[in-house]
Amino acid sequence: MPGKTKVLKKPSRTISDQSYVVEVMKGLGVTLKHFFQGTAQMVSGNVPDAVKNPLAEGIATISYPEQKRPYAERWRGVHRLTHRDDGSPRCVACLCCSTACPAQCIYIKPGEYPEGDARRGYERYPVEFVIDELRCIFCGFCVEACPCDAIRMDTGVHVTAFEVKSDFVYDKDKLMSIVSQHGTQNSENTRHEPGDAGHPGIDRLHGGH
Amino acid sequence: MFFWITSALKVLVAVGFLAQIGALLLWVERKQSAMMQSRIGPNRATIKIGSLEIRAAGLVHSIADGIKLVWKADWEPTGGDHFLYRLAPIAAIVPALCLCAVIPFGPTVYVDHVRDLYDPAWATDVATAARSIPLQIANLDVGVLFIFAIAGAGVIGAALAGWSSDNKFSLMGGLRAASQMVSYEVAMGISLVGSMMIFQTVRLDEMVTWQTQHCWGIFVQPVAFVLFVTAAIAETKRVPFDTPEGESELVAGYFTEYAGLKMGMFASGELVEVCVSSALITTIFLGGWQFPFVQLTGLEFHYFGINVSWHWAHFIVVALGFLTFTLKCVVLIFMQLQVRWTLPRFRYDQIMKLGWRMLLPAALLNVLVTGTVLLFLNSSNG
Repeated sequence: MPGKTKVLKKPSRTISDQSYVVEVMKGLGVTLKHFFQGTAQMVSGNVPDAVKNPLAEGIATISYPEQKRPYAERWRGVHRLTHRDDGSPRCVACLCCSTACPAQCIYIKPGEYPEGDARRGYERYPVEFVIDELRCIFCGFCVEACPCDAIRMDTGVHVTAFEVKSDFVYDKDKLMSIVSQHGTQNSENTRHEPGDAGHPGIDRLHGGH
Repeated sequence: MFFWITSALKVLVAVGFLAQIGALLLWVERKQSAMMQSRIGPNRATIKIGSLEIRAAGLVHSIADGIKLVWKADWEPTGGDHFLYRLAPIAAIVPALCLCAVIPFGPTVYVDHVRDLYDPAWATDVATAARSIPLQIANLDVGVLFIFAIAGAGVIGAALAGWSSDNKFSLMGGLRAASQMVSYEVAMGISLVGSMMIFQTVRLDEMVTWQTQHCWGIFVQPVAFVLFVTAAIAETKRVPFDTPEGESELVAGYFTEYAGLKMGMFASGELVEVCVSSALITTIFLGGWQFPFVQLTGLEFHYFGINVSWHWAHFIVVALGFLTFTLKCVVLIFMQLQVRWTLPRFRYDQIMKLGWRMLLPAALLNVLVTGTVLLFLNSSNG
């Protein structure tokens, strides 16, 4: 079957369009007009001083430190490690996040809970949990990978700028000290400790679901 | 002795000025673009002396930037060629500084006669000429050719930086910079051939003298003016010809791997090039230091039946010449910055096409037409 050919009309261009020189002059005319208008406004003092009066009406831009553009609720900020009710990390050192990380910026050293702890043999905990925030590409895969909601990026803040590269390597204590944008250190998702009477697994074992 | 002292002073003033111009133009560029885009621009940096707060419309930011650049960690890539890596910023900025050596920024000052009316006999009088200060660092016989040679050397810095950084983006940027600068060097050189034919000289001070006596170069060589300005903007590697450092393609191009003051040298070298190319365009096309209708003796207006001759002392003419040159440069720099904030970046193949298939043939045609017209004029005169 012969294909249908659709002939597109070439856009019509005059010599002045094609030479570009005239169009450049027109463009320069527009920007020069804006430049002189803006300068006249600034010099005449009709625009409020953005430093002394940063929140005043008539300033077209956001006066940054005083005024901040709100981030979306799901914007990925710096990481935090969520807490359990007793203040220990929710992380069970399953290494899912460090495996998922495309930048390989997460290092976890897993350890067993001490003898006598109810969680020993049931789950592990991170002896060390290190994120190199300079290597991180803020893709959020670690948050997606985490099975127990232990790592979150809901902090709403950027990584602080430091002078030394080693300061960008966040350790476990630092990550656990960061709070969410709502000020909490926990997660809203419930967590069941081993032996917890309301644990859904126990319900299922006894057939009562 | 007099010659050496004045030369050394001129070099110090010119290089000292150009070394600072980067910081100044950085502020101009930021503030100008801000005014153009209804923004505020730099305004936060403050110098506090007691209760006095100096913000100088954002000019303090340039000082802050300079201090920051000096104190940045001087990081170097572990791979690559360290010697060439350190050489590259110097190789990039030195040609730009050297270019200003042959540009005349004012008429010759005859120290013994500053209060007298200009007399052409001064130039031929040995004693007076020995105590004269040409406002030009080096009055080279090769003039414009020196400029082409040195501007051509500017490519070495970018190419070395791209090669020695051990980074693919840098290498791509260095390659693009090299090919772009070599291409536009050709069109730039040929676009000036017509001017050289009309001025009958390659010395820049004689070019200005010709324009003082006849008319400005832009009126006898309008096509060459457009071609030269285009090629000069391409030589500075700024928007719309900034593919060597196009942020969205190559991070920062050939100086991706540079930090601190080395990066600052590339950035300010670019702005020095803007300044020097403006001075060059002024000299070749806009009459150099000549204020319209002003000769070395003073105002001479003999057109439309009006005859005005108003003679001034030598130092007034010199001061006016220097101020005129500065003003012309400032306007041209302003226009170059305005172009940078008006036009979008060309694609790399479009740049090459423009250089080789538009500018070069147009420049050759300009030479042909100029030569034909000159031939006719000469044969009709002779």
